[in-house]
Amino acid sequence: MKGSGVRGQGSVGVREEGRAAAPTPLTALENRHLLGIAELSAEEIRLILDTADAMKEIGERPIKKVPTLRGKTVVNLFFEASTRTRTSFEIAEKRLSADTLNIAASASSVVKGETLADTVRNLEAMAPDVIVMRHTSSGACHLLARICRARVVNAGDGTHEHPTQALLDAFTIRQHKGRIEGLKVAIVGDLLHSRVLRSNLLLLNKLGAHVVACAPPTLQPVGLARMGAKPTSSIDEAVHEADVVMMLRIQLERMHGHFFPSLREYYRLFALTPARVRRAKPDVIIMHPGPMNRGVEIDSDVADGPYSVILAQVANGVAVRMAVLYLLAGGSEGAG
Amino acid sequence: MSVVIDAARMGRTLARIAHEVVERNRGLDEVAFVGIRTRGVPLARRIVTTIGELTNHQVAVGSLDITLYRDDLMRHPVGPQPVVGRTDIPFAIDDHRIILVDDVLYTGRTVRAALDALIDFGRPRTIQLLVLIDRGHRELPIKADYVGKNLPTSLKESVQVRLVETDGVDEVVVEEASSP
Repeated sequence: MKGSGVRGQGSVGVREEGRAAAPTPLTALENRHLLGIAELSAEEIRLILDTADAMKEIGERPIKKVPTLRGKTVVNLFFEASTRTRTSFEIAEKRLSADTLNIAASASSVVKGETLADTVRNLEAMAPDVIVMRHTSSGACHLLARICRARVVNAGDGTHEHPTQALLDAFTIRQHKGRIEGLKVAIVGDLLHSRVLRSNLLLLNKLGAHVVACAPPTLQPVGLARMGAKPTSSIDEAVHEADVVMMLRIQLERMHGHFFPSLREYYRLFALTPARVRRAKPDVIIMHPGPMNRGVEIDSDVADGPYSVILAQVANGVAVRMAVLYLLAGGSEGAG
Repeated sequence: MSVVIDAARMGRTLARIAHEVVERNRGLDEVAFVGIRTRGVPLARRIVTTIGELTNHQVAVGSLDITLYRDDLMRHPVGPQPVVGRTDIPFAIDDHRIILVDDVLYTGRTVRAALDALIDFGRPRTIQLLVLIDRGHRELPIKADYVGKNLPTSLKESVQVRLVETDGVDEVVVEEASSP
């Protein structure tokens, strides 16, 4: 660009040249796709969070748009209901000047019996650069990544992973606590059906937090301890001295059995109430990925209370998704 | 490798530019500096400090990251995309006289990107360009208002500005590029 006659040397960082020989910081993601936190290294996670830091400022400008992804096409393919995630991705795409289109499964050929692979092959024929997909089946995004040329971003697949949610949670924690390492994070709620739990456990462990996971025994997945969480069925124990309390939604739509006697009883034993918040650290933050069931897993007074950062999470979601889209699609094809 | 500007000379050059800015903008009321990251920012800070000593005026300084506005993001043959830095312009630029600061003026593409970025923040009355080194080889119709040193170079050479704040030393060096 300037200051340099060396083009095409493998380094785009012309502004960085001349810096004393420090270890070159990571500037790109290893994979072409973002399928899960499992595939990311701690360093890559930090790169995404740092990039999101820079993206956040764009949302505070009078003109909330940069030309970075001009001419790129992003398809949002949602096979499952979503307001927050889909809107958040769409705003992120628009702020980066990408062309976006939304396909909801209910309004697509899927209802006519087309398979996922065929739907995607047809979309591919129209040459999108990125496909953001949410699907009810775990692993659907991995399948997609194998059969298509576009970059794939997992916006939630079944009960498997929801990487951008975990990233925005980490971004929010870092924003309020300045770090993630060494924090006590309590995750409480429907652990069994939660992809948010899985992604968060992977991420928080990679960045060195201590996680306690709390649910009725019927809603605890097997191998919680192996996944890096201390299991408990006592919410009082879980939130004791916690820096962060993350509540998860009771996912009635995924429950095809009897997991607890009644919502009323669940509330009494597992909901986050003002009394339980007082057991945590005085500067605790309360998170919830949404949508909330008020009066089931979380008390309204807590959800709207002074410790709640639930709306900050939503605001941060846009910045984090901009970072992911930029890192995946901002470079040239074949990069990374 | 040859040092074309050493620390003492850089100090004199920046002081001279500070005087030029004051002279050209009688009444510094609406003047604000925006440095282009990375090295434009410390340069802007230093000039503003000198202006403060000269006139008792505290001129505002912002920093601008142009990564998201680059015209070569999609065109680079290999390699990862650059890391996005933080833009921080803590004042309204509307109706201000903005002095855009960068270390080296070369093709003009960085400045083009910076102009686009600035306009997204508002409508300044004027934008003036201040560079430490103008090394020629413009690819766009862009000209600097304040130049520390005109440095004729060949395309094979690379010009590196090093500053105490970012590199531990104040100097400008011309190097023969290692390989095309």
